[in-house]
Amino acid sequence: MTPEEVRELEGAVGEIMVIADRFGLDPYPVHFELVPATIMYEFGAYGLPGRFSHWTHGRAYQQIKTMYDYGLSKIYELVINTNPAYAFLLENNTVLQNKMVAAHVLAHVDFFKNNAYFEHTNRSMLETVSINAERLRRYEFEHGREKVETLLDAVLSIQEHIDNNPRLRHGAPDEPPARRRMEPPSTPYDDMLRLGETKAEPEPEVRKFPAEPEKDLLLFLADHAPDLEPWQRDVLHIVRSEQLYFLPQMQTKIMNEGWASFWHARIMRELELTESEYVQFAQLHSGVLSPSKRNVNPYYVGMKIFEDVERRWDEPTEEERKKLGRPGCEGRSKVFEVRQLDNDASFLRNYLTKDLVEELDLYLYRLEGDKWVIVEKDWEVVRDTILTSMTNFGQPYIVVEDGDYRRGRELYLKHRHEGDDLDLDYADKTMRYLYQLWSRPIHLETIVDGKSTVLTYEGQRGHAEPVRRS
Amino acid sequence: MPLTVSLSKNDWSLHRKGPIDQARHNEKVKEAIKGNLAGIVGEEAIITADGDKIVKVPIRSLELPHFRFDDGRRKHAGQGQGGTKVGDVLGQQPGGQAGPGRGKQAGQEPGVDYYEAEITVDELAALVFADLGLPFLKPKGRQEIESETVRFNEIRKRGIMSNLDKKRTIGENLRRNARLGQPGFFGLSNDDLRFKTWERDVKYETNAVVIAMRDVSGSMGEFEKYITRSFYFWMVRFLRTRYKQVQIVFITHHTEAKEVDEDTFFNLGESGGTKVSSAYQLALDVANERYPSSEWNTYPFHFSDGDNWGEVDNQRCLDLVKALLARSNAFGYGEIQEGGRRSPSTLMSAFGQIKDPHFIGVTITRKEDVYPALKQFFSTREDGDRQAVAR
Repeated sequence: MTPEEVRELEGAVGEIMVIADRFGLDPYPVHFELVPATIMYEFGAYGLPGRFSHWTHGRAYQQIKTMYDYGLSKIYELVINTNPAYAFLLENNTVLQNKMVAAHVLAHVDFFKNNAYFEHTNRSMLETVSINAERLRRYEFEHGREKVETLLDAVLSIQEHIDNNPRLRHGAPDEPPARRRMEPPSTPYDDMLRLGETKAEPEPEVRKFPAEPEKDLLLFLADHAPDLEPWQRDVLHIVRSEQLYFLPQMQTKIMNEGWASFWHARIMRELELTESEYVQFAQLHSGVLSPSKRNVNPYYVGMKIFEDVERRWDEPTEEERKKLGRPGCEGRSKVFEVRQLDNDASFLRNYLTKDLVEELDLYLYRLEGDKWVIVEKDWEVVRDTILTSMTNFGQPYIVVEDGDYRRGRELYLKHRHEGDDLDLDYADKTMRYLYQLWSRPIHLETIVDGKSTVLTYEGQRGHAEPVRRS
Repeated sequence: MPLTVSLSKNDWSLHRKGPIDQARHNEKVKEAIKGNLAGIVGEEAIITADGDKIVKVPIRSLELPHFRFDDGRRKHAGQGQGGTKVGDVLGQQPGGQAGPGRGKQAGQEPGVDYYEAEITVDELAALVFADLGLPFLKPKGRQEIESETVRFNEIRKRGIMSNLDKKRTIGENLRRNARLGQPGFFGLSNDDLRFKTWERDVKYETNAVVIAMRDVSGSMGEFEKYITRSFYFWMVRFLRTRYKQVQIVFITHHTEAKEVDEDTFFNLGESGGTKVSSAYQLALDVANERYPSSEWNTYPFHFSDGDNWGEVDNQRCLDLVKALLARSNAFGYGEIQEGGRRSPSTLMSAFGQIKDPHFIGVTITRKEDVYPALKQFFSTREDGDRQAVAR
């Protein structure tokens, strides 16, 4: 962008702010930064500027860069959920594109600030990740790059398994029960003299460890892994703290993108655009909202639901007026209420109606033979399957059942099976990483083809390959 | 409520975090390729490609594993443009149900998850050749001068004016004047003059000749031909990249042997019986005539299915190999048996009598054996007392 264009954009961004304010949006202050594409895909790959180095970030960077270079996809914006918020715009976009992106960003920031699931988000995450990165660099210096990388590989393979519901937490997990020590014999013949006597000593009560099944694998390992050094525990905490930041975003993807698209369209309509600018805007807007055969496009579905909610509360049907007591003309306040209280799961459960499923032409498909085939169009089944796939952010729900399994501090995990089997190949590999962290045998109880199954990885001590017993 | 907003544009040109981690990822891809060289070296697509061409090679997946659902067995949600119905086909899964990377065959082959990485043939060759070298290489006849370069690497007080180092001369003058208490550049004396001077840098290269022999008889099937070509492709490429002075003599044989050019060697398909001794005799003659052992390191290599014409010829072969060994650094014999279905051929059994460590015999039964064979033939070995010179 030329300096004149930058000035034009600056003016437009101010104007957009005023419009957003009039609509009732309530974002944090926002700082916009124009960056070249390389920087944009770097931030996109890392999720946040300044995050620690790891080859998986390098791979993501390469993928995004390749997609961009071949013109297959483009990241238009990146917004950081901090206070003040930071938003990155592409410097080689047109002024109009950046105007729309700025409007989109403002709605995102409004969402970050006001949605309940972001209530506990660390709002100075940029500083936190920089400090984390610095600490990891120091560990690399002290312990060697390879050692840190090997550890990060293991930790990142289970990074999704954290618990972001601090209010529902049942207190910190307990310490493993202390081992009962055998009393040392006072003379070598003690046991002979006691022959025939029954043991008076009662069996100590079996304390469970952890007392309740623990969902937060990272925290549990950081606190209780038997052989980790303090710096290694710190790495677990670092990864966990960053995941805690990303989790609410994963939890509200459809709503957040829907909300931003809903508002950028309205804000753009308020701006005074020339005819050609309007065509440009319409093209970009429909590009972002195009449905996808293989996925649910969160921008499109989210925006449609918000629009539908607004319409249904503005103009309720006769039945809704009578039975639900909806007076009408409440659309605006209703969408603001939804943006405050819901997450994707409740959003879809409450507001994805039969009409919408049909209008959006949503379906379920699966692999049959070597073809991906549509297998379901019934709106309730479609909605419920989408909802199920959102349970636990689409990750298998795995808890620590026993951190002292077989009285040998072996780790016994349980997959709470909710209909879908695990990818066993990946489970095997992930258990090897877990073994690296826990340094004792790892067991995982799950269901395979309807049969309860325990996968075991015993490392060097036993089988090289995981065994399965039913 | 006033809404605050600001916009800025800075210089980001020095920001290079992504490329650094990307480089580490590429490093890991290379490591993975190295781990699967045996599988890659035998690939047809590679030996027919040019050096700068990008080829796809299968490597162990670099994706970090995590607990995930089995995608192939799940239902997914998608979205049509209106009017879709049950039974519509969205697309095809490449490779079908048994496609790689989705873990559908877990249990049967745990821990193997391949995907394709892209690499140029030259980069790949560099990896393949990393640890290879000519075995038992000895310094011989230093008459062939590889290169003579002139390097200016010394400063002296005397020299010819055209080589005057002006900067150092001025420096010396400044220093002398300062020492005398009158800083400045004036009154240049002979003492201040500094001259660049050079050293001749001569590299001697050891001479080596490789005699590549190939069985083109009728008994050599598609697989045998393919393996021979594949091995010689890598061998020739390796020798040309690593040693500038290596000569290669190409010999093909059935019942008669003849010396051919490289193109014919690689593309010739003939038929007929097999008389291996003919090739060894020709190799011996060529070596004796053109490459005296006082001047040349000699390496005869022979690839065959071992299907030779009778015991008499095997005995002749044995004698000839011994004769060749007497004047060569090493003799390589590769026997190709598809699937390893047969017991060692009579020829290989006959060679079993040779106890000389300079005789290297290898059996190849699968494509994947080509790389180990290369490693076996071309691992740098030395005779105890004599130092080998390999670059």
